[in-house]
Amino acid sequence: MAESRSGRRWSDSPSTIFPDYKSSIQRGPGKAPISVPGWDRSLSLRPVWPQLPEGDADLTANGRVNGDPIGERILLEGGLTDEAGRPVPGALVEIWQANAAGRYIHREERHPAPLDPNFLGAGRAVSDAGGSYRFVTVKPGSYPWNNHRNAWRPAHIHFSIFGAGIAQRLITQMYFPGDPTLPYDPIFNATADAAVRNRLIARFSMEESVPNWAHCYRFDIVLSGSAATPFEEEQDHD
Amino acid sequence: MTDLPGFGRMNPKDRGGPHDYLYPDAGSGPVSAGPTPSQTLGPFFAYGLTPGAYGYPLPEIHSNDLAGPAVAGSRITVEGQVFDAAGVPVHDAMVEILQADGQGAYAERPRNDGFTGYGRFGTGSEGPGGDKRFLFRTIKPGATEPGAAPFIAAILTMRGLLNHCITRIYFPEDALAQDPVLAAVPEERRRTLIAEAIGPGHYRFDIRMRGERETVFFDV
Ligand SMILES: [Fe+2]
Repeated sequence: MAESRSGRRWSDSPSTIFPDYKSSIQRGPGKAPISVPGWDRSLSLRPVWPQLPEGDADLTANGRVNGDPIGERILLEGGLTDEAGRPVPGALVEIWQANAAGRYIHREERHPAPLDPNFLGAGRAVSDAGGSYRFVTVKPGSYPWNNHRNAWRPAHIHFSIFGAGIAQRLITQMYFPGDPTLPYDPIFNATADAAVRNRLIARFSMEESVPNWAHCYRFDIVLSGSAATPFEEEQDHD
Repeated sequence: MTDLPGFGRMNPKDRGGPHDYLYPDAGSGPVSAGPTPSQTLGPFFAYGLTPGAYGYPLPEIHSNDLAGPAVAGSRITVEGQVFDAAGVPVHDAMVEILQADGQGAYAERPRNDGFTGYGRFGTGSEGPGGDKRFLFRTIKPGATEPGAAPFIAAILTMRGLLNHCITRIYFPEDALAQDPVLAAVPEERRRTLIAEAIGPGHYRFDIRMRGERETVFFDV
């Protein structure tokens, strides 16, 4: 059976072309996306993920060469739900980020800040039966970019999430509360409604911070759609 | 342009100066309930999401090869480029594809033949002419619904794109006239969704973000 949905929530999305964010001018599509009467099962069918590398949700360990990465260690936790508030288990959650100095290991990165020999800055997790994910990482630094004079990206962690089907694909960025550069960032501000874009800011959680070890930030994510799919706790890879 | 709220909207605030990036209310104030907004994946995703496509010696869980030796079906290659509004090939886009197997069945759980129907690639790879492109080795999908044409779903993201785009790759040799999704597309734009056969089992599917032949994206 064809599955239909009413489309993405454009009122809860950034502008596709937001001139303050320069590269959106050349890369955003000019025409509105076309509504379709239906799609097919893949709209709400969770793709199969391969087994993740061991320990890939701990970014303080998965790039380790001869010690711990430099920086403020943090716990990054959250829950995935659909728009109806139901947990989304089995979603693939991938993150990537700059190190504590604001430097990515990416080859085209030109910011003259130090690389950290013990930090890759990429990790993966699959949400558990209750829709929760958990990473250990270090707090990323802010870094400059060329969008405009004196442009700085607020500290952020990139998220790629694939939930139950194509309707639950989300690529986003998480920001930190109280970041003084947030008001100047055109990417963050491309979402017009302040109460909507503030959903991108993680919450500091004292309750979940671990004594003598790490602060905890919570970033709960709401995926569009409300497709419920059965989830098998343990996938067997036979 | 369009009246879809949130799509193609220009400046939400009427600002004038060349360096006027002051949004005094950002990051403070109330938070409403609802879906988490999308953001661009930025320029630095390669080592995390598609290391193989950019030559990073890092573990990769998804590749551009969906058709392992055990997978039954007709082997095909689909390649193409992503062009920005000025017609310049984009080298830092990520293309993901999702498709059914040769019988029209999606992989719902790990299968003995290893078929997942899901692949991912960055557009940084050099094509024969030194141009930047994506390339997938896969099998020709079967139709997933009676009366519908076979297709591969493609998800496109890149620096500069604040919302990901979703399109469909159809094949020129198939009966396309009855496909309900193609029928919803204005006739003059349908050709942007049909791959070009450039050799036996070899297809080209270019994606254009703007212009006369702007690729059709779907609101899903
Ligand atoms: Fe970034």
